[in-house]
Amino acid sequence: MKHLISMQDVSTKDIMKLIDLADKIENKKINVDMTGKLAALLFFEPSTRTHFSFETAVKKLGGNTFSMSGTNSTSVKKGETLSDTLMTISMYADLIVMRHIIEGAARFAAETVDVPVINAGDGTNQHPTQAMLDLYSIKKTQGTLENLTIGLIGDLRLGRTVHSLSQALSDFNTKFYFASPSHLQMPKYITDDLDKKGIHYQELEDIKEVMHELDIMYVTRIQKERFAVLEDYEKVKDSYIITKKLLEGVKNNFKVLHPLPRVNEITTEVDNTKYAYYFQQAKNGVYMRQAIITELLNLKY
Amino acid sequence: MNKEKLKVDPIKNGTVIDHVTAGKALKVADILNIGNSTKEIMIGLNLSSKKMKKKDIIKVENREISKEEANSIALISPTATLIIIKNYKVVKKFGIDIPKEIKQHIICPNSHCITNLEQVKTRFILAGKNPIEVRCAYCEKKYFIDEVKFSF
Ligand SMILES: [Zn+2]
Repeated sequence: MKHLISMQDVSTKDIMKLIDLADKIENKKINVDMTGKLAALLFFEPSTRTHFSFETAVKKLGGNTFSMSGTNSTSVKKGETLSDTLMTISMYADLIVMRHIIEGAARFAAETVDVPVINAGDGTNQHPTQAMLDLYSIKKTQGTLENLTIGLIGDLRLGRTVHSLSQALSDFNTKFYFASPSHLQMPKYITDDLDKKGIHYQELEDIKEVMHELDIMYVTRIQKERFAVLEDYEKVKDSYIITKKLLEGVKNNFKVLHPLPRVNEITTEVDNTKYAYYFQQAKNGVYMRQAIITELLNLKY
Repeated sequence: MNKEKLKVDPIKNGTVIDHVTAGKALKVADILNIGNSTKEIMIGLNLSSKKMKKKDIIKVENREISKEEANSIALISPTATLIIIKNYKVVKKFGIDIPKEIKQHIICPNSHCITNLEQVKTRFILAGKNPIEVRCAYCEKKYFIDEVKFSF
């Protein structure tokens, strides 16, 4: 792998390799050396969490970073093309991590510069390091990625996280349950792909009836603003809030995942159950990002 | 094609482009740069056809359109058949291959796509054949061919 732009380019072999590498880094089986290397963290669209996670990952590997957040203080404001900004930065940096609101910006960056590019989110399109850390979290808690039953719940129409994740998991014979309000269902292009691959999935409005079957429940936030009529939101919102009561009778290995930040979709009483895994999931993000950087820069260990 | 009566005169030497998607002949002629030549050209629009209800047809005198040239009309008229005529006889007949990757000719309908904001040639991947569906290599959005615009 030279860049990480989209989960569409990542094979199952790559996925397993990165998970293995993240595991070795987390358990200190290897010592990766990024000394003397510089990562440019270009957050044209600010994202505190992802930014911190990458910064932590680089520094834990012994590398250095320089950062940009927002487009106000930069040449972007002066009307420089994205291509020129990237070219200039690639003269200094060994690696570019980039988040941009424009879809396809990361692919464009990878074709423009000679250094490796990691897509840290391009509009509604891809966020592959999130998908990779989700896969790592699933593998860690379940021991495997094969033949799992996974419920995705919340806003499935606009959540790029759930799109990349379902695409990636479709190569591991996953059984999916998609629970969402009817106008926030999984897009057709995703379900078409699942149909083509012969993957079992079922769309529900309420996750309750299948809770006892799930190995993983992946929760995303439903934003009030997605509803044209507030009453409609009030009607459905409780069906997509995870409470301790909902978790009664789930499987022993069951875990709740969430890309964070959460607002109210998982009640805090769930945090103290053995099923809550979202904070560890964020921590796994650092190990996975360390693994991705190690792989793309061909770092020694 | 043999059984369907041609409503335009036969040609001596040249190419007949048959089964062109109805209404697309002028566009096809444009892409193949037929309109700009001084050669004899006949274009039939909305002719009845057994195979496809309505079709267009183009006949070009004294020009042999190559397979490669023909493939460039794949997106707007995938059903077209090309018939090369020499001395009133059919010497070659071939269909269109839809390329797996289409560079530069499709405009991405997604206004948030980088291809609409930076100087970058578009690239689309064939995602489905019936009907033709393409996926933008940049923003990764999928579109049916009827939903996109072209720049030839
Ligand atoms: Zn696009």
